[in-house]
Amino acid sequence: MKPFTYQRAGELRDALAGAAGTANAKFISGGTNLLDLMKLEIERPAHLVDINHLPFNGIEETAEGGLRIGAQVRNSTLAADSRIRSDYPVLAQALLAGASAQIRNKASTGGNLLQRTRCYYFYDRNMPCNKRKPGSGCAALHGFNRMHAVLGSSDTCIAVHPSDMAVAMTLLDASVETMDTEGVTRQIPIGDLHRLPGTTPDIETQLKPGEMITAVILPPVQPGRHIYRKVRDRASYAFALVSVAAIVDVAGETITGARFALGGVAAKPWRTPEAEAILLGEKVSTEVFQRAAEIALANAIGRGGNDFKIPLAKRTVQHALAAASQRG
Amino acid sequence: MSNSTPMANTGKTWIGQPIDRVDGALKVTGEAVYAYEHRADDPVTYGYILGAGIARGRISAIDTAQAEAMPGVLCVMTHKNAPAQPAFGPAVTPAVREVFARPRPVLSTDRVRYYDEPVALVVAETFEAARGAAGLIAIEYEDERGAYDLSRHLADAYAPQRTNAGFQTDSLVGDFEAAFADSDVKVDAIYTTPYEHHNPMEPHATLAAWSGDEVTIYTSAQTLANFQAGIANTLQIPPDKVHLVSRFIGGGFGSKLIVHADTILAALAARELQRPVKIALTRQQMFANAGHRAKMIQSVRLSADRDGKLTGIAHDVCSATSRFEEFCEQTAVFARSLYAAPNRITRHRLVGLDTNRGEWMRSPGEAPGMLAFECAMDELADQIGIDPIELRILNEPEVDPERNVPFSTRNLVACMQEGARRFGWEQRQAGPGTVRDGRKLIGLGMAAAIRPNYLGASAARIGIDGNGRVKVELDMTDIGTGTYTILAQIAATSLGLPLSAIDVQLGDSHFPRTAGSGGSWGAASAGSAVHNACEALKQKIAKVAKEVPGSPFYGSNLDRTEFANGEIRIGDRSANLATLIKRVAPQGLDAQGAVEAAGENYRNYSQHAYGAHFVEIEVDLDTAEMRVSRMLSVIGAGRILNPKTARSQIIGGMVWGIGAALMEESVLDPRYGHFVNHDLAEYHVPVNADVPDLDVFFLEEPDNNANVFGSKGIGELGVCGAGAAVANAVFNATGVRVREFPITLDKILPGMPVETSRANRS
Ligand SMILES: Cc1cc2nc3c(=O)[nH]c(=O)nc-3n(C[C@H](O)[C@H](O)[C@H](O)COP(=O)(O)OP(=O)(O)OC[C@H]3O[C@@H](n4cnc5c(N)ncnc54)[C@H](O)[C@@H]3O)c2cc1C
Ligand code: SF4
Repeated sequence: MKPFTYQRAGELRDALAGAAGTANAKFISGGTNLLDLMKLEIERPAHLVDINHLPFNGIEETAEGGLRIGAQVRNSTLAADSRIRSDYPVLAQALLAGASAQIRNKASTGGNLLQRTRCYYFYDRNMPCNKRKPGSGCAALHGFNRMHAVLGSSDTCIAVHPSDMAVAMTLLDASVETMDTEGVTRQIPIGDLHRLPGTTPDIETQLKPGEMITAVILPPVQPGRHIYRKVRDRASYAFALVSVAAIVDVAGETITGARFALGGVAAKPWRTPEAEAILLGEKVSTEVFQRAAEIALANAIGRGGNDFKIPLAKRTVQHALAAASQRG
Repeated sequence: MSNSTPMANTGKTWIGQPIDRVDGALKVTGEAVYAYEHRADDPVTYGYILGAGIARGRISAIDTAQAEAMPGVLCVMTHKNAPAQPAFGPAVTPAVREVFARPRPVLSTDRVRYYDEPVALVVAETFEAARGAAGLIAIEYEDERGAYDLSRHLADAYAPQRTNAGFQTDSLVGDFEAAFADSDVKVDAIYTTPYEHHNPMEPHATLAAWSGDEVTIYTSAQTLANFQAGIANTLQIPPDKVHLVSRFIGGGFGSKLIVHADTILAALAARELQRPVKIALTRQQMFANAGHRAKMIQSVRLSADRDGKLTGIAHDVCSATSRFEEFCEQTAVFARSLYAAPNRITRHRLVGLDTNRGEWMRSPGEAPGMLAFECAMDELADQIGIDPIELRILNEPEVDPERNVPFSTRNLVACMQEGARRFGWEQRQAGPGTVRDGRKLIGLGMAAAIRPNYLGASAARIGIDGNGRVKVELDMTDIGTGTYTILAQIAATSLGLPLSAIDVQLGDSHFPRTAGSGGSWGAASAGSAVHNACEALKQKIAKVAKEVPGSPFYGSNLDRTEFANGEIRIGDRSANLATLIKRVAPQGLDAQGAVEAAGENYRNYSQHAYGAHFVEIEVDLDTAEMRVSRMLSVIGAGRILNPKTARSQIIGGMVWGIGAALMEESVLDPRYGHFVNHDLAEYHVPVNADVPDLDVFFLEEPDNNANVFGSKGIGELGVCGAGAAVANAVFNATGVRVREFPITLDKILPGMPVETSRANRS
């Protein structure tokens, strides 16, 4: 681990000043991802700003009827919140499907969104990796790429974003509230937070250096049945091979609202508006769900080891939509 | 075994009782001190090993200046300045035994033989400084093209001189090829079993501290004798100058039978610096530097008549190993004893690659071998249309089919029948893919288990003091299996004392030498030594009791002596044992006992432990996720010394079976020669949620040819065949036979019914 300086920020302005004052500063929250990466010298910050003591640990109702989740709210706290459980069950389910109880107790809302890929080659400094070392190549492209992306990837990088929580938040059309080093705040639709790799997979989000996530804002409750289905290699404590968050609302036999997001398939949670659109007004049927799944995966590209994700994602979408449309 | 008249104990027998671990409280309260937690008299320094970034080649330049300049750094050791060590030597040692003792030099040449092989050691005042400085070492390599992929180098396969544990490489009986060619009922299947890693919770770790010309090594070792020899031979010092301490071990599974780089480097650096040095492998480093199970391609061919009577068995195994040191897992050896058939072949071949070599991993041989073979038996049963248990019963041998000696005891058939009854095997539908529960396919599978039973030379020392307290000392280890507990049970039973009077001390090379923990022989070997030491002690006590004036037994010439309920009885007189010792031998008494390695009973009998595993699995119709829902193992392993610790061993093995069948795999990248998924986030072992309530039933049948207790080894038996039972259940559930382990969902998915989710309302 490379030596670094450490600052425990008591006030927001100290944190922002700390981040602005040193080149290559990093915020540290739960540290469950950052510390692992620092030990392996994949992250090599010169300065750490500890933001755990900032007053961002509340879950408040917004004027619009949604919820504002402070960036420091722990994954376990969020999953246990009664409003989340009753009104946004897909989010509670996604959180509980992630990591382990111990990690969820530490993991923060902001840190979860900004956790980095689990690509094996990214984790090994002897391997070429364009994300870790731009221009060095992508060892996964022709390597062991069972966990990798089938949507939105490029020949430069095929990594996936590993968060479960982010998939549910993307489904819910959440937005991310940030503050830059000047103290200026903005809201970013969560779907725009993460970038696709293109030719610059090292740039993962729209955030500017030193810009801090302060909260995630959920819009009002979505009617319908919520489902988070995570497919993985073991029953717990494994990242998603494919996951699907879905909400379907039905009146009688007719779909009156439907949306779904995929995890484990791209560098960001993946939604396909065209696929959601075809469901509206349709009768509940295997065929219509199958059609939606086909559209969602229409542009999928397998890289060898991950080819199975394409049929798996289709089957899981169908299954999740079917489950979310069941009543009674 | 002692030939003197055994001293009877008619009181309470602790043997066979489900006693809680005597070291349990120490462990759960954090009082048990593990290798890396030890302190030395002088302030400890910390080492960090830097591994090679290539898998084969030469270090052409190495610059350590920046690392040396880092505050707190005490030394940077590379091949340029490491103390002289003997050369590594040939890939195969002349004798089996030498593999455990050979010098294992580290940082001694500029050659890189495998990925992440140690190329430098940094020692500093803190671990962080050492690790930080290691990141500042600049190395240039001459990278050579290596061979890493077993399947691409099959043409280089060769026949080794012997397998691990000294078995014959090949066995041939009758004319298999002719029998196979003539048969209309046959299985001809290729299975691949992947690289696997043990990953005990406690990594390989050592604290080395010198005092004059003697070094004390606190480490995590299964067998102290091997470590003592390995260190002495590498450092070229006399073995009696190497003191090993390994009292608590956080799991071994075979990965701690011999010294690894942490131990050698700590000893070398501590001598150079004249300060204690601590080194642990990181979890990632353990994948390259602490042994593994090698990848294998296994061909199993079976021929049978139409009723299922086997006419031929052929098990051909080709395994990866390293070029610089051979390890041939005895993968097909079990098949020499399991089923009857007139025509038989078992063969082992190796391909030398530019990787580290495999080592002993729990159930070497049976674990990968039975995973393949017991699936082939299931394939045969399916083909003939006969119940898999019936098929096995039909081929039950009368005597060991290749050695032609009788079995000492063998209750495989009883295990299968008892298991079938307990598990509800009759519910199994022979037609695969036919049982559904909601959106799950349900399947049942079974497999047999066999594992040879061993006995290794061991000795123990025992002493009783004037307070009636007993101390038992031997260099045996408890790797989490319960050795402390069963040895206390054995001593307490023999001496007729309460368990609380017995203090068992293990894991110190100053104690009498044992065979250590490995090959499931620990309980039998160390236990027999303790038993014999107790017998010797009792003889001594009786003698003194009769000879010392003032003893209540003074002058007695009776032979019949009993030790029970804290008393000694000679003839019709009895006395409290502690009081007697205080009176007749106030300084206490001690004695030694020993047991020889497996002898005549092993030559004249075929000794194995047996079992039958039963599995129910649920396979998700939509996603092909597989989860075991029920599992039972019925175990025939002679007399059970402690049903509680024994059960823990078996369920641990069953979990290994689930892992081997469904998820465990270290993926080797054939371009770079490294294990890609080298951490516990991506090397998947079963977690609690993958493991249902496991059921174990012991069919006890003392084996009087095995040892004084009639017990047989159980540490590895639970793994044997367990994975095949899972795989056979997957086939029964889905109709998909996957022969490339592990059976991950992507391999099942293409064969799953194309039927789509039901959208209809419930
Ligand atoms: C073994 C293992 C298994 C796991 N399994 C799963 C899983 O199945 N599903 C899943 O979703 N996750 C999983 N995780 C990941 C886990 O959810 C993340 O590590 C965690 O959410 C990160 O949160 P943190 O607060 O600890 O972040 P940190 O490690 O503190 O930070 C992560 C990154 O975010 C930045 N950061 C943190 N907070 C802010 C902020 N407010 N503003 C700006 N930047 C910020 C940091 O600088 C850093 O770059 C797993 C992790 C491990 C170790
Ligand atoms: S997929 Fe991305 S993260 Fe992985 S090796 Fe390629 S560039 Fe690096």
